[in-house]
Amino acid sequence: MLPEIGQVVLAIACMFSLLQVVYPLYGIYAHQQSAIESAKILTVLQFVFVALSFIILAYLFLVNDFTVAYIATNSNSAMPWYYRLSAVWGAHEGSLLLWVLLLSIWSTAVALMSKRLPVESVARVLAVLGLLSLGFYLFVLLTSNPFDRTLPYFPVDGRDLNPLLQDIGLIFHPPMLYMGYVGFSVAFAFAIAALMEGRLDSAWAKWSRPWTIAAWTFLTLGIALGSWWAYYELGWGGWWFWDPVENASFMPWLAGTALIHSLAVSEKRGVFKSWTVLLAITAFSLSLLGTFLVRSGVLVSVHAFASDPTRGLFILTYLILVIGGSLLLYAVQASKVKSRGRYSLISRETMLLINNILLIAALIVVLLGTLLPLVHKEMGLGSISIGEPFFNRIFTVLVVPFALFLGVGSLVRWQRQNLSDLFKPMVILLVVSTLLTLVFLLAFASHFTWLALLGVFLGMWILVGTGMEIYLRSTHRFSLWTGMKKLGNSHWAMTLGHAGFAVMVIGITMTQNFSIERDVKLRIGDSVRFEHYDFHFDAVNDLQGKNYGGIVGQFTVKYDQETVAVMEPEKRIYTVQRTAMTEAAIDSGFTRDLYIAMGEVLPDGAWSVRVYYKSFIRWIWFGPLMMALAGVLVMFDRRYRVKKVSKSAAEVI
Amino acid sequence: MVKSKKILTLSVPLVIFLIACYFLFQGLYTDPRKLESTLIGQTVPEFTLQDLYDPDKQHDASIFKGQKLLLNVWATWCPTCYAEHQFLTKLAGQGLYIIGMDYKDNRIKAIKWLTDLKDPYAISLFDKDGMLGLDLGVYGAPETFFIDSKGIIQYRHVGDLNDRNWQDKLSAIFDNME
Amino acid sequence: MQLTSVDLHVQNNRFKTVNFSAYLFCLMFFFSPLAFSATDLFEFDNAQQEQTFHDLTKQLRCPKCQNQNIADSNAKLAEDLRNKTYQLVKEGKNEEQVIAYMVTRYGNFIRYDPPMTPATIFLWLGPLLFILVGFYFIYALVTRQKKQEAQLDPEEEQRLQEILSNKKSTDKKSQKGNKE
Repeated sequence: MLPEIGQVVLAIACMFSLLQVVYPLYGIYAHQQSAIESAKILTVLQFVFVALSFIILAYLFLVNDFTVAYIATNSNSAMPWYYRLSAVWGAHEGSLLLWVLLLSIWSTAVALMSKRLPVESVARVLAVLGLLSLGFYLFVLLTSNPFDRTLPYFPVDGRDLNPLLQDIGLIFHPPMLYMGYVGFSVAFAFAIAALMEGRLDSAWAKWSRPWTIAAWTFLTLGIALGSWWAYYELGWGGWWFWDPVENASFMPWLAGTALIHSLAVSEKRGVFKSWTVLLAITAFSLSLLGTFLVRSGVLVSVHAFASDPTRGLFILTYLILVIGGSLLLYAVQASKVKSRGRYSLISRETMLLINNILLIAALIVVLLGTLLPLVHKEMGLGSISIGEPFFNRIFTVLVVPFALFLGVGSLVRWQRQNLSDLFKPMVILLVVSTLLTLVFLLAFASHFTWLALLGVFLGMWILVGTGMEIYLRSTHRFSLWTGMKKLGNSHWAMTLGHAGFAVMVIGITMTQNFSIERDVKLRIGDSVRFEHYDFHFDAVNDLQGKNYGGIVGQFTVKYDQETVAVMEPEKRIYTVQRTAMTEAAIDSGFTRDLYIAMGEVLPDGAWSVRVYYKSFIRWIWFGPLMMALAGVLVMFDRRYRVKKVSKSAAEVI
Repeated sequence: MVKSKKILTLSVPLVIFLIACYFLFQGLYTDPRKLESTLIGQTVPEFTLQDLYDPDKQHDASIFKGQKLLLNVWATWCPTCYAEHQFLTKLAGQGLYIIGMDYKDNRIKAIKWLTDLKDPYAISLFDKDGMLGLDLGVYGAPETFFIDSKGIIQYRHVGDLNDRNWQDKLSAIFDNME
Repeated sequence: MQLTSVDLHVQNNRFKTVNFSAYLFCLMFFFSPLAFSATDLFEFDNAQQEQTFHDLTKQLRCPKCQNQNIADSNAKLAEDLRNKTYQLVKEGKNEEQVIAYMVTRYGNFIRYDPPMTPATIFLWLGPLLFILVGFYFIYALVTRQKKQEAQLDPEEEQRLQEILSNKKSTDKKSQKGNKE
């Protein structure tokens, strides 16, 4: 009975989303205040019902109701409760439900937190969000119902969740990522509402900025979590594979990063508004495109869901309506926007615009790299693959101007900058960052490579540039300490975010250039040595988990004769799906990770073992963590506290 | 004038998006994992392989000349091959000339398989270490090559042959070969 | 099965102690410190072979798998291709030759680094064109502003006033420490 209730509740949520579109818009059209104001209530009701439906599904997972097809295929009674719970979003149907739930959470947040915005504007925004929800509800209900039953013949136990997904990573990674994807819908809705109204002003930028930054923060965290998860879970030590699905999350991130910067300019200087709106549409469109790519099976990917052309067709239609419609609206309405800003060729405005261009160029690379194999095949030119070698090469090229502009950019003033004034800081920047690069490489590099020199230099350049900006700004009027205390949160956020990017660049450079990978053949009692490390293969023991069995190896790791770690890589066999899983053992550290993954037993009784030394790999995730923290910091900026928003909103009205 | 030009510029994203949608739509109905063979229009690469039943008997590429035929790549470890086997027997019964290539397999198991399930193959090659398979670009069993009487590969089908795809498409390809 | 020569080798490659040609040597043979291990799964005649093999397994795609290179995949076919690559590298084939060998059999799908075709050229041209157009656009925007500035009509004069007053308010904010 409960699954049916869940389905009905979901259908009711769908009805509310329809009302959320129609009623407020009708109110605006017919000047009916009560209809306009109903938007908020309808949004909240929609949320209540979809949340209820989600809770029901989660409950069904917890009580192991295998009469529900989705649960029978993706869960098992032997799984611990927390994996059963996260299995709710472990496959296509449930993850879509999570998607709509999050969309309604964002909508509700907009409804509740924009009390001081003009009611009509909020109603428009909520109507757009309702329209987005409506499409997804229909998708869930018509093609991917998680409450479908397997009656009358249901299995005694479930087929288990894909072992790869039985991990702490699955509990956090998809919700974070989806919060990011879905969060861009708010920026999108604000943009569309503004276009509908025909009023794009800096107030619009001001309103949508905190929402965009919030979504971007989640997406940043989500991607970083996913990368970290792949690193420890897949067993071959990679952290980014340029897989279509990873690219699908990277593209909205690039667009979103461009967007938050462009929004800043639009808000402060009132310029680039038409471009900013386009970015807002793009960021969310790419989130939707990602959903399509993952769920339609048009591309060969590691983590695609079970695919089905009907589902693909549904999402494609949705894409054409939503994205096509908004781009059409954009083409017509944005032509009316006039830019009223004034700035010269060398100014903070152009610096930000240049970095926007580079970010979007990077986005185009990823987009083409992801979709071109498909186009290539459809044009009859044959199957091709575009992967790591290509992306690494072109990104190595692109990051150079990007980082250089980023380092200098924050030193350049708004509106106009005298080049001659910039000369001295530039020289200092160049000298200091070069020195730091050399010191860093002398301390941590095992040998010289040009790419390492370049990468570390770019990172240092950004760090020093951002540091100098803080110094110059603080000492502009006050002493350093007083000046620093007077800097706003969002200023510190900028610094932290940029420093995070620098940390990531350095991390990537070091990992790519100084990691050591060895595939070795080991008998118990053998050791592998490299750098100063000695890995001694002590033993292999049996392993018995709740829903898996297997073996666990034991390695004693010494650094110059001194024991630094005992590592225990596992090889698990999950009993239900009969799949083998490699659980790598990782000894993590600030400047390096040690990584051991067990391979196969060879005919002569030895084991094939992968032993990795990963230089500075933690920095790759530490950087994004700093960026995400920067996002959080902006949220706490004085400007975005409710009172302030209300005041400036009042000014605008 | 100026304004319509502006609208035109601002429509660029829309146009790009619609073009992309066209390809995405096409992509829905093609399997990205089906690869086209690089050997279409070429002869089967040179090889020498043992006969499945008789290790002393050697075959080479000349067996593909003289009449149009199917070259079926199969193995006992491949469940889809099992599903396909019956249909192959049916085709052989209709007089099609089929050469089998047992790919990376165990000879005894394979002989037992053919004895139990009937043998549709006029000749059975035994590619123990998959070297001919590699030369043919085989990436999974079953695969079937359509070869004309001059020994030239005209088509490759990946996956099982069955009544439906044979009627839909494949029989026409076979009939059109010389 | 232990090797002590490895550590020495690493020491030799220290950034501070080696001369320039050694830098280049390291640049070319990325994994040179490991070349003489007796326990490696694949053994090679020299460091360059090992490097070639390593690079190849990273850029050859397993045609059977979802989306993995042959180094990372555990599939049987990936193993075959790994072994074949190893065999070819041991025979002294260089990177291009091995890739060509694989491409004649499996097509361009097998290489993660796509060849230049009329379509793949856009992978490079697309972003490049975008950057060029973007930079031109910035330039045009700025010069147009200058022109407008030179000839203000009354309406624009008024707008300018607006901008100036706007600017004042922004400046005020910046004094409050909010500007960034």
